[in-house]
Amino acid sequence: MKHMLKSIFRSGKFVAGFAIFAAILLGVLIYPIFVPDPPLKIIAQGTFFEPGIYVSVYDSLSAPTHILNLDEASTKRITSKLSEDDRVAIQKWLVGAGIPEAEIDLANTEQLLEQWFSNYDSTKRVAGMTNADRNYYIRLNTAVTGLLGDEGVSIAVVNPDTGVLEEIGTVLATDYVNVGEVANVRVLPLGTDNFGRDVLTELVAATRVSLQIGLVAGIIATLIGLILGLVSGYIGGFVDDAIMFITNLFTVIPSFVLLILISFSIGQDKRGPFMVAMVIGFTSWVWTARAVRSQVISLRNRDHVNLSKLSGHSITHIILADILPYIASYVVMALILQISSGILAEAGLSILGLGPRTTDMPTLGLMMQWAMIYQAHILGKWWAYFPVIITIAMITFSMNLMNTGLDQVFNPALRE
Amino acid sequence: MASEKKPCLSGRGLTKIFGLGNQKTLAVDHVDFDFYEGEIVSIVGESGSGKTTLAKMLLGLISTTEGEVSFLGKPRDIRSQKKKREYWQNIQAIFQDPFSSYNIFNKIDSVLLDCIRMRGGANLSKEKKVEMMTEACSFVNLKFEELTNKYPFELSGGQMQRLMIARIFLLKPKILLADEPTSMIDASSRATILDYLLKLREETGMTTIFITHDIGLAYYVSDTVYIMEKGLFVESGPAEDVILNPRQPYTKRLLNDVPKIYEEWDLSTV
Repeated sequence: MKHMLKSIFRSGKFVAGFAIFAAILLGVLIYPIFVPDPPLKIIAQGTFFEPGIYVSVYDSLSAPTHILNLDEASTKRITSKLSEDDRVAIQKWLVGAGIPEAEIDLANTEQLLEQWFSNYDSTKRVAGMTNADRNYYIRLNTAVTGLLGDEGVSIAVVNPDTGVLEEIGTVLATDYVNVGEVANVRVLPLGTDNFGRDVLTELVAATRVSLQIGLVAGIIATLIGLILGLVSGYIGGFVDDAIMFITNLFTVIPSFVLLILISFSIGQDKRGPFMVAMVIGFTSWVWTARAVRSQVISLRNRDHVNLSKLSGHSITHIILADILPYIASYVVMALILQISSGILAEAGLSILGLGPRTTDMPTLGLMMQWAMIYQAHILGKWWAYFPVIITIAMITFSMNLMNTGLDQVFNPALRE
Repeated sequence: MASEKKPCLSGRGLTKIFGLGNQKTLAVDHVDFDFYEGEIVSIVGESGSGKTTLAKMLLGLISTTEGEVSFLGKPRDIRSQKKKREYWQNIQAIFQDPFSSYNIFNKIDSVLLDCIRMRGGANLSKEKKVEMMTEACSFVNLKFEELTNKYPFELSGGQMQRLMIARIFLLKPKILLADEPTSMIDASSRATILDYLLKLREETGMTTIFITHDIGLAYYVSDTVYIMEKGLFVESGPAEDVILNPRQPYTKRLLNDVPKIYEEWDLSTV
């Protein structure tokens, strides 16, 4: 046993797969300790907030200010306000107003604004300009005008007695707050989803639930496949024919179709994560049963089995002690593959809207479905679905890697 | 003389057919035989002649297609697990390949303890069991202290086959079926294995059935020889008669195939 574990951990592929899987598992276990929020709590008002650090504006006002005189500050401010579209619009107006196109440099913000302020006249009519365009340029002008000034912004509160606004302070362009000194800062590494939920917290919880679904489905499928394979392979005869008849029936019907039909007929209300795992488990045992059966058939005529029979052991003892250990490595590998395909099957079902119906825990498949329904892929909100895809891919990849590694250890013919 | 001998294991019209329809293979074809108590019988034939299939039928490991086996004059009844166990207390086997005869996950002790349990000694004290195992091992010149807690694959082929004989020593069956017990062993250990087998037979007086392709070995050890070709017994009788005056061409061929030192080997018959 010790020796076997040693040789397993000497296989590079297995170790790589195991490391990835362990990292995912560790993340799933440790993250909730630091962020104990319920995973489906709606924190954002609005959909698909971009990933980033969210600093409370209200708390920044009361945080101690520090004055930093930075040269690029105003340029940066203007650059962030003045979008590429606005620049092109300015250029269009200027060209229409008679400025030669060669003199206009879109990248040089200061020069562009200078040209704009010296030439812009809201009453001037440029050829081919609609009324809507005119209004747009007026709005643009007011937006840009404030940018170059360095006077501060006043903060005022309503006096509850008189109802009059009273200025309580000013914020200058050179005022800074230390993020550490602001009372409320929320990091959303993966932004929020369509319901306004923190995607990372949701993803961690979803990974956990999906792994559980995969584990339950994998164990059920492997157990059914193993028991049927052992019985039909060892006992043979009529029992074998009957079991193989059922197995072949299941092989012919694509298991995913079966999965969809069963999921549908169970009904929305009863379809929790555990039920979905059971349904996946009960439809995916077929290949395990066939593979175990063929291995058992080749084992049952071996001399050590004959010797065990001659020693008066019962069928149960022979199956458990003389057959099972010989196929144990195969069963472990089959279990790993069943777990990973269980996770994939859940994702497939959920995308079709037949996944677990749950309001208190997400699954990887459900996250994909929500992202799809709210068109995250069309709107370019990558953080709502891409991390989910990566997680599913990493889990299945790590498991397949472990499986290949084990295969090489147990099957010396595959060693490089 | 012949009237004193009691048939211990006999078969009438014993047949085994594998497969169905076109793929039917007649492995053993209506063979009749009587193995007498205390005799050493050899079944000789080339590979594929049905020797091992016959052996497995005699052991009750595979079913018979036709015919019946009588054990101690009565038709053999092995329909239930309990009756099989009783039958196997009387008939035991040594297999051809010692390397595949052991469950590699079980320690050597468990192989021997199974035999003690089979003889109804499950409730004996631990010391008594160790004593029995030590005795069995020393019979075949193995040291139990060195073997205990070891796995079968840590032994050499010869040691494994000797352990098999130790197993038979513990079981003391009425009939021993040895299916090519020496074919996987190197020539120098071969004689030792045979010696232990013959010594064991001497002590217990059990009927021994050797299954072999080596007609020289059959002549060396046996009282009665059966020559098997394509599932049929083509010739049988006392070893001296069959081997010194073969009547069938197949027997003559088997005899010619035995390599002899100082003589050119006749390859024309192969």
